[in-house]
This record gives sequence, structure tokens and C-alpha cells, in this order.
Amino acid sequence: MIFGLDFSAVDWDEMFTGTLDTLKMLGNSAVFTIILGLPIGIVLYLWGRSQIPFVQGFYAVLSFIVNILRSVPFIILVIALIPFSRAMVGTSIGVLGTIPPLVIGAAPFFARLVETSLREVDRGVIEAAQGMGASTAQIVMRVLLPEARPGLLAGITITVVTLVSYTAMSGMVGGGGLGDLAIRYGYQRYEKEVMIVSIILLVVLVQLLQMAGDRLVRHFTRK
Amino acid sequence: MIELKGLTKVYGKGGSAATALSGVNLNIEKGEIFGVIGHSGAGKSTLIRCINLLERPTKGEVWVDGTELTRLGKSQLQEHRRKIGMIFQHFNLLSSATVYDNIAFPLRLTHTPKAAVDRKVNELLALVGLTEHRGKYPAQLSGGQKQRVGIARALASDPDVLLCDEATSALDPQTTDSILRLLLDINKQFNLTIVLITHEMLVIQSICDRVAVIHGGGIVEQGRVTDVFLKPKHEVTKEFIRSEAQDDSPLLAALHAPHPTGATAVKITFLGEKTYESTLSRVAGGTGVNFAILQGTISTIKDTPYGQLIVRFEGDAKAIGRTISELAAQGLDVEVLS
Ligand SMILES: Nc1ncnc2c1ncn2[C@@H]1O[C@H](COP(=O)(O)OP(=O)(O)O)[C@@H](O)[C@H]1O
Ligand SMILES: [Mg+2]
Repeated sequence: MIFGLDFSAVDWDEMFTGTLDTLKMLGNSAVFTIILGLPIGIVLYLWGRSQIPFVQGFYAVLSFIVNILRSVPFIILVIALIPFSRAMVGTSIGVLGTIPPLVIGAAPFFARLVETSLREVDRGVIEAAQGMGASTAQIVMRVLLPEARPGLLAGITITVVTLVSYTAMSGMVGGGGLGDLAIRYGYQRYEKEVMIVSIILLVVLVQLLQMAGDRLVRHFTRK
Repeated sequence: MIELKGLTKVYGKGGSAATALSGVNLNIEKGEIFGVIGHSGAGKSTLIRCINLLERPTKGEVWVDGTELTRLGKSQLQEHRRKIGMIFQHFNLLSSATVYDNIAFPLRLTHTPKAAVDRKVNELLALVGLTEHRGKYPAQLSGGQKQRVGIARALASDPDVLLCDEATSALDPQTTDSILRLLLDINKQFNLTIVLITHEMLVIQSICDRVAVIHGGGIVEQGRVTDVFLKPKHEVTKEFIRSEAQDDSPLLAALHAPHPTGATAVKITFLGEKTYESTLSRVAGGTGVNFAILQGTISTIKDTPYGQLIVRFEGDAKAIGRTISELAAQGLDVEVLS
């Protein structure tokens, strides 16, 4: 007994499964968020810089869609996307069912972070590459992405940490993982111990992710 | 090599439109170092950026090596740009790439085989004297070293033309000097046509063959550096040359001081080998006039020695007249000031 809490009642097998589920959701959703968000961010950056009126129109439309997705609270997005998840992965619950809403929720956010880091790249360097005859694709691959690498890594870190809290929220609608445990035991059965352990595990996870991210950013910073 | 015809550039539209260039015509020969000098905001950067179409002119034609760049489509333009190197005031190196990778950049754009890249980059590293810095990142280099990387990168694709946008303006005088010497070297070694823009007359004087003075978006004067420098016509040109020279006020006082015997002040310009000959004392000795040197410069324009003296001849008017015509007969340029 610590502070009147009895941790011997905690089912550690279940805690382990919950942690594993959280990591699975996080890993999968992070990968798909990057796969989807990075190109959208690049397109936002390229269209946003264009002088051509109809491309500026494309930018306005894409930017508007991204803003809408970002302004819908995640918990509502999860519910709204239930039919979509069923269509995509065959279920709307569990680890698998949560991944589509996680990706749809986080990709627009990540895309904005990508756009912002690309804007930080020195215009002069881009012009130098244009002057050397680089095509747009070459500028993206050989100038923008390498030059923005520290910013992109920082963006990935922020996005993954945000995804941790999203996975916890998805516990509300039967998403599984640590958030699910915390809600089921702590909120519905007043068993505080499971909730506390879940929270501690989530805090440790976020700390580790942030530290790893910061370290990568430092490693790739050349300025 | 480079021909600009009626080049006009207007930034913005409607009420906020600003004309940066208005109807510029220039003709730059193969193998020469052509300088464009002007004050800040005169349109220098716009002009040089129009040559490789980093800036699209609003009107006019850009011809490089017999091709009208302003007519080309996107991919053809990319092709032609590889033959036009460019260096910048702020170097514009990839901060995430090493010295080696920066220089290799243009070669990799064209998918050059690895061994050929390595050969070329090593050659260029040796040329600009950075072999031992090959693995460093730009942030670890001094300004002069960064510009050397910029030069090596610009030369990697064997260009016919090198454009220099204020390439030495961020550097201290010694470093400026060594970069200018490097530019002169590569100009001679590869018969590379160099176009440079600057706001410093010293840069023009050090390495340029010809110069154009730009003011308010137009060329106000151009010609061989020796001619423009020694006989400036436009007020802006005179200003640039004067700012290189010392204060004029003691000279003006001396020119206007009354003199007991007859006196005439003249400006004598020597060019080439004559600069180092004793023409003045020989001629004055022969005609029997005395002279006082009120102001003088002996220096070089690129490799050409020149001298410019302001001299007051003292003696009778006829003897002074004979002295002046004799000096002119010896091939010196004499201008009577008072
Ligand atoms: N991208 C731009 N948009 C609007 N005005 C510009 C732009 N670039 C240059 N200008 C204007 O054009 C004029 C010439 O600029 P620039 O060619 O940079 O001069 P310099 O290099 O001689 O200092 C200036 O008045 C400047 O304000
Ligand atoms: Mg400029």
C-alpha cells in the first residue's frame, strides 16, 4: 500500500498488452502520417510560393481543407470517421480501427509543420540550385529536404508526441492501448491504480520520444 | 558571348510597380571580365539575375552564346543554365552538405558517374586551395573559404560564363583581394567570360577589362576600364572614382592661389609603360619651365600601369604652351585646368 493505493491489484499482463497496443498504434500511424503529410507539406510549400494565379487557387483550396481537418477536435474526428475506418480496414475499433482516424487527424498537422520548415530554407540556396539548372524535383530532393532536415525531424517529434495523446483519446471509443485501460479502469470502475500506471507509462513514452527527437535534431544541425 | 537587348524589368503591378531596369543594352565579349558598377538599388542584381533568368525580364532579349534564353522552355533553360555559373554575396552554399558535396552538387544533378565526380571535385578543390577542408561544413569555414567553395561549385559544370553578384562585398579587403586574384586566374586559365557587379571601384579597377556604370536602372556610361576610369564622363562615374581618391579641397585651394609669375595647372595622364618614364622632367627641362606636383596617383588598372598628376607649370606663357604641346606629342594626355 502506497498513499492508500494497492498496486498488487494491477493486472500487469494487461498493462503489457496495453503498452504494446499503444506502441503499435503509434508506430503505424506515425509511418502513415509521414507518408501522407510530407508530400502534402511539400505541395503546400510549392503551391504557396507560386506566382501563377491558378496554382495560387490550388493552394487556397488545399490550405482550406488542411485547416478544416485541423480544426475538428480529434475525438469528434474519430467518431465521424467510423464509416471510413470500416471501409478502409474493416473495423472501427481496436488497434487497427484507430489508425485511419489517427492518420487523418495528424497528417494535416504534420503537413503544416513540413510547410513551415521548408519555408525556413534559405531562398538564396534554392536560387543557386535553380541557377545550376536543377529541376523542381531535384530542388525538393537535393536542397529543400536536406536543408530542412533538422526542422522536419523536430516536426516529426512534435507529431509523434501529439499522436501519443490521440491514441489515448481513441481509448474513449474502444481504441485499445494504455488510454483504453486508463479509461476503463480509472473512469468506469474507479480503480485508480491502473490509471496511474497508465499515465506514468505514457509520460515515460513521451519523454523518451522527445529526447530521441531532440538528439536527432542536434545531430543533423550544421549551423 | 552575352547580349542583352532592350532589357526592362518592372517589379509588381499597377500602382506599386517599380521599374528596376529600363531598356538596358549590353554586349559582353567572350573571355573578358566585364564589370557593372552602381549604387545600391541601381538595378545591378536585377541585371545579373536576368542573364540566367533567375529573374524574368518584363521586356527584352537575353542571348548567351548564340542562344536566346528568353525564348527557351523550362527544360531547355535548365540545360543552358548549366553552362552559366554563378556566385553570390552570401555564398548560398548548402549548409547540410560538406565542401566536397557542395562542389559535387551540379555534377550530381546531371547524374555524372561517381568516379568522374570524384576526379572533377578533387581537381577543383586543388584549384581553389581547399583540399584539406573537403569534409567540413560551410558553417566551419571563413567567408573567403566559403566563396572559394562557391567558385569551385560554379566551375564544376565547366561553364562558359561566370556571373558574380557582389561576390566580394561580404569579405574583408585582404580576402577580397585573394578572391579577385582567383577570379582573374580562372578567367585566364579557362578563357572564362566573367560578369561581375559591385559597388566598389577598386574591384573594377583590379580585374575588369570593361565596365558599365548603372544608375536608376539604365547604363549611363560604358567602355574600357582605362578610359572610363581616367576620363569619366557621367557624374555618377566621377563620384565612384572620387570616393577612391583623397579629399580634393587642399588641391582646389592650391589651384586658385595667385601666383607671382605666370602659372598653368594641368592634369597629365600616363598610361602603360609611359607611366614609368621620365618624360615630364625631360620636357620641362627642355622648355625651361618649373613645375610643382599638386596631386598625383600612380597605380595600375588590371595589369596596365597608369599615372595621373595635377601639375602646375610656372614660367612664361609661351614656354608653358610649348611644354604642353611637347607632352602631348610624347603621347601623354594633357588637360588644362586653369
Ligand atoms: N523582388 C523584388 N520585388 C520588388 N522590387 C524589387 C525586387 N528586387 C529588387 N527590387 C527593386 O528594384 C530595384 C533594383 O534592385 P537591385 O537590382 O537589387 O539593385 P542593386 O543590386 O543594384 O542594389 C530596387 O529599387 C529594388 O527595391
Ligand atoms: Mg544587389
